[in-house]
Amino acid sequence: MLKKLKLRRSHALIFGGITIIGVVIWLWLSYQNKQKWPETFGYGKTATQQDITKLDIDIRPDGKGLPSGSGNVAEGAVIYTNKCAACHGADGKEIKGVKLPGPPLVVGGGKTKTIGNYWPYATTLFDYVRRAMPYNAPGSLTDDEVYSLCAWLLNENKIIKANQIMNARTLSKVEMPAQKLFIVDDRKGGPEVK
Amino acid sequence: MSMEQQDKPVKTTEKKISRRTLLGGALATAILPVTSVFAKYIQVGVPAIPDPTKQPGPLPGKVGTRSPFESPVKKPSDISSRTPLQDLYSTITPSDLHFERHHAGVPSIDPNQYELLIHGMVERPMKFSLHDLKRFPSVTRTCFIECAGNFRTGKEDMTVQEILGLTSQSEWTGVMLSTLFRELGVNPKATWFLAEGGDAAVLTRSIPIRKAWDDAMIVYAQNGEAIRPEQGYPARLLLPGWEGNTNVKWLRRIEISDAPYFTREETSKYTYPVKDKIRMFSFEMDARSIITYPSFPQTIERGWIEIRGIAWSGRGKVVKVEVSTDAGKNWIEARLQGPVLEKAHTYFRHLWHWDGSETEILSRVTDETGYTQPTLKQLIDARGKDIGGYHMNPVTAWRIKRDGNVVFKPENHK
Repeated sequence: MLKKLKLRRSHALIFGGITIIGVVIWLWLSYQNKQKWPETFGYGKTATQQDITKLDIDIRPDGKGLPSGSGNVAEGAVIYTNKCAACHGADGKEIKGVKLPGPPLVVGGGKTKTIGNYWPYATTLFDYVRRAMPYNAPGSLTDDEVYSLCAWLLNENKIIKANQIMNARTLSKVEMPAQKLFIVDDRKGGPEVK
Repeated sequence: MSMEQQDKPVKTTEKKISRRTLLGGALATAILPVTSVFAKYIQVGVPAIPDPTKQPGPLPGKVGTRSPFESPVKKPSDISSRTPLQDLYSTITPSDLHFERHHAGVPSIDPNQYELLIHGMVERPMKFSLHDLKRFPSVTRTCFIECAGNFRTGKEDMTVQEILGLTSQSEWTGVMLSTLFRELGVNPKATWFLAEGGDAAVLTRSIPIRKAWDDAMIVYAQNGEAIRPEQGYPARLLLPGWEGNTNVKWLRRIEISDAPYFTREETSKYTYPVKDKIRMFSFEMDARSIITYPSFPQTIERGWIEIRGIAWSGRGKVVKVEVSTDAGKNWIEARLQGPVLEKAHTYFRHLWHWDGSETEILSRVTDETGYTQPTLKQLIDARGKDIGGYHMNPVTAWRIKRDGNVVFKPENHK
């Protein structure tokens, strides 16, 4: 009698235990199911090539993104005088004791950061001038005008010759003096001050 | 530490009294902002206020306002506007006091016209309306945003706002960038993406794609309401802990790529000399702290003073803040206000008895990577004299004068 009771009790314990484990697994699975995300939410629209072309104006140092067209130093000088000199000064150089609205662009006597001594890639010039300059009318320059401005700025900084044409092929080949100075931050935290 | 963090909020009477003293103490000279037709604030004196227990006040309104006795304001320059950190009592920056830095002004964008284009190395290039972005599973997180050029020094009469007011903290809500990237089928070979703003600078930054899989978000809400225009309305990129400039506002386009673009903002700007080289792609903001009370132009009285301040790290949690009240000879661990969040301004407090003698008070933070906030000298030793203004996080000292005046201790770095 006693033995039977013990047996039954242990059976009950086993069955009870299995039931509890089963319930837990079932709850866990149903929770997982609720948390499961669909393959796709289906929000948004597929972008067409037109959508992309309209906005995709970035240029990489390898020349990816540079448009057709070309420009030269002489035309660049005229455009600079008309559209840039008001903020950056007549020759783009720093004037001691004068703070112009725009930063100096051409290497002068001092250590001031300019295109000639600090910019690592010539493609950045095209990308930036086309998207953001002139300050009061950003995005208003034609691709040819931007190429010409790049040519003038690079020539003034003594990086290219006065007869050199700037286009998609030549601009990405221009080697900037400052490029060799740049290093990528490799700090990862930790006690060292670097 | 955890016991200390559970300390009850401490009364802020000292600070209130000192602020009131600054205001002149008398109600008659109180300053009341009045909105003009040009929506600018003019300050006018108000006559003495009658006993408020003897007449009913105004009825409930549509939008709350600050007390006319409180007037924390940002400090604008041509290119930025700084948060009055010395006027805040905890770590959330009221949205209208969040610092501003933009490169061609604040654009006005119609939320109904807004679209975010994501293309490049993806299976399906997509565009999302603001409504689409809001439908995705959303996430809320609190973190700071700090401008990489957040360092000024040079004279004694500088406030916390002037020294490092280009850091602010909000509770941001939006969609995880990884949720969107999952939707588009990002090519596993992609290593970078370009983020582009829809302002007149059409500002661009290249971001390592690991940040997208980690904790990057596209956020449309700040402190519970829609983001302010100055903060990127209707949607901006949020890269917790990374330099402010990479958190591109008015986000209009993301292009997924296998190389960085070397944009103007990551080459000619936001880079800095380290010895004879120029360091680029410094994303994380290093651990930093500052005592916000007492600080210039506050004054203190002999007796018990609760030193208060904020500490943060772009690399994780603040583990410890130490305070020195004897010009750096001895350091004592301050109490941290919990919960301490990752990549977030963390409030610290330390009770100090001032005996009236001249001294310097300082704070330094240690983050969970084991990095301790350096002195300016340590930074110069590590990077050279030509150190520039980006990613500078030196220990800041305040001089306590015998008469209770508090001034900044400027350190020359050139």
